[in-house]
Amino acid sequence: MLHGYLPSLLDGAWVTLRVAVFSLLLALVLGLLGASSRLSPNPLLRLPATVYTTVVRGIPDLVMMLLIFYGGQVGINLVTDALGLDYVDVNPFVAGILTLGFIFGAYFTETFRGAFMAVPAGQLEAGRAYGMSRWQVFHRVLFPQMLRHALPGLGNNWQVMQKSTALVSIIGLSDITWLADQAGRSTHEPFLFYAVVCVFYLALTAVSGLVFRWLERRYSVGVRRAAA
Amino acid sequence: MIEWGLFAESWPAYASGLWLTVKLTVLSLVAGLALAIPLAVLRVSPSRWVSGPVWAYSYFFRGTPMLVQLLLMYYGLGQFEWVQAQWEAGNTFWLIFRDPYGCALLTFALNTGAYTTEIIAGALRAMPHGEIEAARACGMSRYTMLRRILLPGALRRALPAYSNEIIFMLHGTAIVSTVTLVDLTGAARNAYSQFFAPFEAFIFAGLIYLCITFALVGVFRLAERRWLAHLRPRSVARKAA
Repeated sequence: MLHGYLPSLLDGAWVTLRVAVFSLLLALVLGLLGASSRLSPNPLLRLPATVYTTVVRGIPDLVMMLLIFYGGQVGINLVTDALGLDYVDVNPFVAGILTLGFIFGAYFTETFRGAFMAVPAGQLEAGRAYGMSRWQVFHRVLFPQMLRHALPGLGNNWQVMQKSTALVSIIGLSDITWLADQAGRSTHEPFLFYAVVCVFYLALTAVSGLVFRWLERRYSVGVRRAAA
Repeated sequence: MIEWGLFAESWPAYASGLWLTVKLTVLSLVAGLALAIPLAVLRVSPSRWVSGPVWAYSYFFRGTPMLVQLLLMYYGLGQFEWVQAQWEAGNTFWLIFRDPYGCALLTFALNTGAYTTEIIAGALRAMPHGEIEAARACGMSRYTMLRRILLPGALRRALPAYSNEIIFMLHGTAIVSTVTLVDLTGAARNAYSQFFAPFEAFIFAGLIYLCITFALVGVFRLAERRWLAHLRPRSVARKAA
């Protein structure tokens, strides 16, 4: 099937999935940190976070990726030269994850910021009034309710992000798009292989849609909805 | 140490790259919007036979990366002997698919058309019942109601989401450098390989994208103030003089 390229495409799909999941984790961490600093009363924390989300969301992800991949290589060369170390190659897998995580961290920051602001202040005051510590208020009251407001936005961010993983093929990572490109060239059937990539991404979109619907149901337990 | 030679020598390439980026963005947005308005009306139809095909179109284009769509269109279609025969015969329509510019324009228009269809369809579904009932009570036909009430209202309400789509499209055009076109990103990639100065090459391009993005955000803020004035919270609205 597929002229014997199926195992290779499956390897590529596995690379794409790993890139997507690891950059999602990085973006979630950066998003939570960014949202906390954007909502902080301290301007020294607020300003860098505002610059981060504004600049990153104003530049195409491909330009950012090329900057981090090629610029990172030059930066590392400077450091290794200065320290007299051996030449280190920037791994496109790591560069891809760092770039996607860094870019989508900015989008997640804005999503989390809106969600944190949507939790009524009275809820937090009630938690404090019960004698909960700041951490207890955060993980018992603020975080679960924040997540309910954040989930639709996170779902959208994730859908955009998983499609952006195709860009790592441009910096030479052997993801599914890159391998399909190679297979298409050697078999002279590029349409077939790109169509397989499309099916892969459609399946990914469909599955993540289901997961997010399940998560949204789980996190809106106890919310009354007006009958449609 | 900054490689100033890059700016001195490459700025004409950046300028013509910027022109290509702007052309691709504007033309595909115009074509996509023209496609999306009728499709959005079909998308909200109660009949599955009407809304189904539109759903399938938008699901495909929103569910796959634009890069893969572009590669499929530009490198993929040449696989078929029938298409090759059309090229040999000089068929004007099919020759679009051999031209990277034509492929990019078509892919981007279809892609933004899919997103815009969903944005406008969402706005149509969110129309207040009262406006529709009032239009019916005035005796408007379905078409008159669509033209005078539904579309103007929905397009206004779609403005905030559509402004995001415009910025996504501007950034999305950066992938055309994979099909041999030299847009702003392509100019930066060429300047990088000529001078081996990644920071200068890509930050310069990034700053230009950033300026256009800011300008677009500003224009849309003005547009929303003008066309969505009736939806602003009362306290924000200026008192009538």
